[in-house]
Parts: sequence; C-alpha cells; structure tokens
Amino acid sequence: MSRSLVTRVVPLALVLLLPLSGCSDDETELHVQAAASLTGTFQALEKEFEADHEGVDVKLSFGSSTTLAEQANDGAPGDILATADQQSMDLAVDGGSVAGEPAEFATNALVLVVPADNPGRITGFDDFADTDWVRCDDDVPCGRLAVSLLDANGVTANPVSRELDVKAVLAKVTSGEADAGFVYATDAVAAGDEVKVFDVPGAQDQLNPYFIAALKQAGDDDLAQDWLDLVNSDKGRTILTDAGFGQP
Amino acid sequence: MSDTLGRPPARLLIPAALGTLLLVLPLVALVLTAPWSLLGEQLASEALREAMWLSVLTATVATAICLALGLPLAWLLARVDFPGRRILRTLVIVPLVLPPVVAGVALVSAFGRTGVIGEPLREATGWSLPYTTAGVIAAHVFVSLPFVVISIEGALRSAHKEYDAAAATLGATRWHAFRTVTVPLALPGIMAGGVLAWARSLGEFGATITFAGNYPGTTQTMPTLIYLSINSDPEAAKTLSLVLLALSLAVLVVLRDRWLVTP
Repeated sequence: MSRSLVTRVVPLALVLLLPLSGCSDDETELHVQAAASLTGTFQALEKEFEADHEGVDVKLSFGSSTTLAEQANDGAPGDILATADQQSMDLAVDGGSVAGEPAEFATNALVLVVPADNPGRITGFDDFADTDWVRCDDDVPCGRLAVSLLDANGVTANPVSRELDVKAVLAKVTSGEADAGFVYATDAVAAGDEVKVFDVPGAQDQLNPYFIAALKQAGDDDLAQDWLDLVNSDKGRTILTDAGFGQP
Repeated sequence: MSDTLGRPPARLLIPAALGTLLLVLPLVALVLTAPWSLLGEQLASEALREAMWLSVLTATVATAICLALGLPLAWLLARVDFPGRRILRTLVIVPLVLPPVVAGVALVSAFGRTGVIGEPLREATGWSLPYTTAGVIAAHVFVSLPFVVISIEGALRSAHKEYDAAAATLGATRWHAFRTVTVPLALPGIMAGGVLAWARSLGEFGATITFAGNYPGTTQTMPTLIYLSINSDPEAAKTLSLVLLALSLAVLVVLRDRWLVTP
C-alpha cells in the first residue's frame, strides 16, 4: 500500500520541482536575456523575428546586465545575452557562458530628464543639483556612468536615492516622485511627453557600449545567429536608432 | 504516543521530508559556499554597519508602531461585535498577500510626493515620506502590521472571553479589564506577533525600495545592500546574507519557547 503510494508520490513531487518547460513541443523557443534599457527595441525585434521564423517563440527577459551575466554563468537557460556595458559582458565571458566573440551593436548616452511639469524648475545641467534628484546606484552600469560624468563635471551634490536600475530612475521622474534623474537617451525617448530632456556635458565622450553574444547553452546555434544578424541588419539598426541608440 | 497510534505513514513522512529538504537545503548551501574568510572584512565595512544599524532601527521602530496600532485593532476584531467586522478583517489581511512591490506602489500613491495624502502634506509642510528613514519605517509597518493583528487576534480568541466577563461583573471597566486581564492572557501571542513583525521588517525589500528609495545611511537597509552586492560582488552578497541569516536565527531563538519546543 505505502509502496505504491511512494511510487506515485515521489515522481509527482520531482515533476513539480522541475522548472516548467515550454507548454507545447512543436514550438521552438529562443531565450533572449537583455539589459533593461533594451526593453522596447528588443520587443520590436521580437515581432520582426517571429514574423520571419514561423513556429519560433522568442522569450525576452530583461534585467540588470550584471544580474543577467551572473545568471548566465549560473547556467540559467538562455540563448542570447545583450548587456548595457562591457564589464557585464566580460563577466559572462570570464564565466565561460559566452560562445564566440561578443560584438558591440549600439551605444547609449546619459541624459538628464525632469517631469513634464518640471516641479524643480530645472533649466539644464547647471541647476539640477539642489533639487530632489535620483540616479542609479554606484554598483549598476547606469550609476557608474552617472558618477563618472558627475565627477567629470565637478558636481558633488548627492541624490536623494540611488535606484537599483535605470527604469526605477525613470519611474521616479515620470511619477513626479523626483525632480530630476539620470537615464539613458533611449529611456528619455521611450518616456516621450512625460519628460523634458537635457544634455549632460561630456556625455558623448562617455558613451555606454552595448554588447551582444550567443550563449554556450544556446539550444539552437543557427537560430541564435539569426537573432544576432537581425540586430545588425538595416532593419535592426533602424529600430535601434529610432529608439535613441547611437551606432557603435 | 506513536506506539499507540501506530507507525507514522509514509504518505505523510515523505512529503514532510521533501518539505524539510526544500527549506533547509538552500540555507545549508548558502552557509557552505559563503566565503567565510571575507566575513571579517565585510563586518568591518562602513556600508554593512550603516545598513545593519538602519535595518535594526527601522525594524524595531516599525514593530513598536505595529504593536501600538495592532493590539487595539486585534482587540476590536476579536472582542467587539460590529457590522462590517469581517470586511475589516479582510482589509487588514490584504497586505499579506500583496507582492511587496505592489505595496510600495500603493504607498507611493498615498504618501508619495504626488500622492493623495503626500501632495497636500508636502505643500503644507514641505516634508514628505519618500527618501526618508520614516518612509522606510512606514513601508515596514504596512507590510508587518497584518502579522501582528492576526497573531494577536488568534491569541485573544483562544484566551477565554469569560475572564473579561468575570472582570466586568467584578466592576472593572472595559479599559481596566483590557489592561489587567485581556493583555496579560494574550501576552504570548503579542510577543510572537512582535517578533514576526520584526523579522518581516528586517527582510523587507520590495516595498521599501519602491517607496523610500535607496541611499546609504538614510534608506539603505540590509536587503537592498545585499541585492546591490549581487551586482557588484556576489561573494560579498553571500557573507552579507550570512549576517542577516544569523540575525534571523537569533529571532528564532527568541521564539523557541513558542515554536521550537511545541510538544
């Protein structure tokens, strides 16, 4: 009695413990792990890709570049890794998760954004410092870039908060919870009318390079290569440029 | 006991063992893989001491506020018959099932700089909760209060109402009975509620980061520091986690009379 129960319960428990894989067997999945700032463009690329590849389901997941690189090194399922800086890609390369050579495919500049109604009455980079402004934390790429540019411009003021990623900075600004924030040019484009954008002096000298690579654990190397080709195609570049990215 | 009732059945033992494994294994792995040699260096770091102190401070203040508000609320739910009591209990429990990030968004909607209450408050006083230590405490109270209310309400319900009635027949006012009879009888539940709230506050991450932000010394608590360390220095994240784990174990020791020695 108890033996038959064991044979029933144990496999069931094991099955429940396994991560759930795709629902249908006839659909191939391409898992793309990308930096949070690539959200809009990669969603557009996903549509293009799926239109050209019948039966392929692109699964996008977005997060902090370093976290994604760490997860790739820990063996998280993924075919493509796209990071918003070189350090994170180096981390993945050093961790042995990257297949082939990572390629730079876009650049992003840091800009200063304020809410549309500009509660801090900010007129540019010169007078944001004494308002309630936010930036990314020193430990994430957008924060490292912000610190570097602020230092280069001799700004010593402190933010009211060091957010965990750039989307959190943008959210604080668009919701009016902060008077100003440092985000990427692409985030400013995505926010549209919700923000006013000011240039940061020297930002063009410290562009953020975006790297992309296929991962070793890629299920289908050809499919992964197709994604890399799409990103570097004219169509891919147009999507990237429209979103505010620069060309490498 | 088990002799008279027979052997514990496998159909209960196996899932129980699996459950134990699922709970214990990750923590054992954390302890085993943590770079213990870095612990001393980590403990000496300014960032850790600031975050630790802030975590303990905010969790303690939040617990005090939770008890001050939660005890009367639990008493109301357990002892007073009024229309809408079940609705009120449901409302009190809702934050328990909310993802903490949603709790943070809700708090911003109410007390943020542009929130329903936050905006008039800021216009009137120039002060607002976000980006302040008080904001961290507010987030902690929001997520911890339901634990206190549920724990104390349970204790009040199991402590017999007849004692209150006896006190009343002896001439005690309801306030007097509350102080001298109800609270002493429910004390174990009140203590447990307090410890639960403290532990919940200590681990709070989502609501805090969403509502109060992250700045070392003012709003950066241990969980946020650990999350950020995962980005910059995963090994450090493990030692920081060990420190928090040690604190959690200390909480369990405080609770041991209630939970660990249950016959």
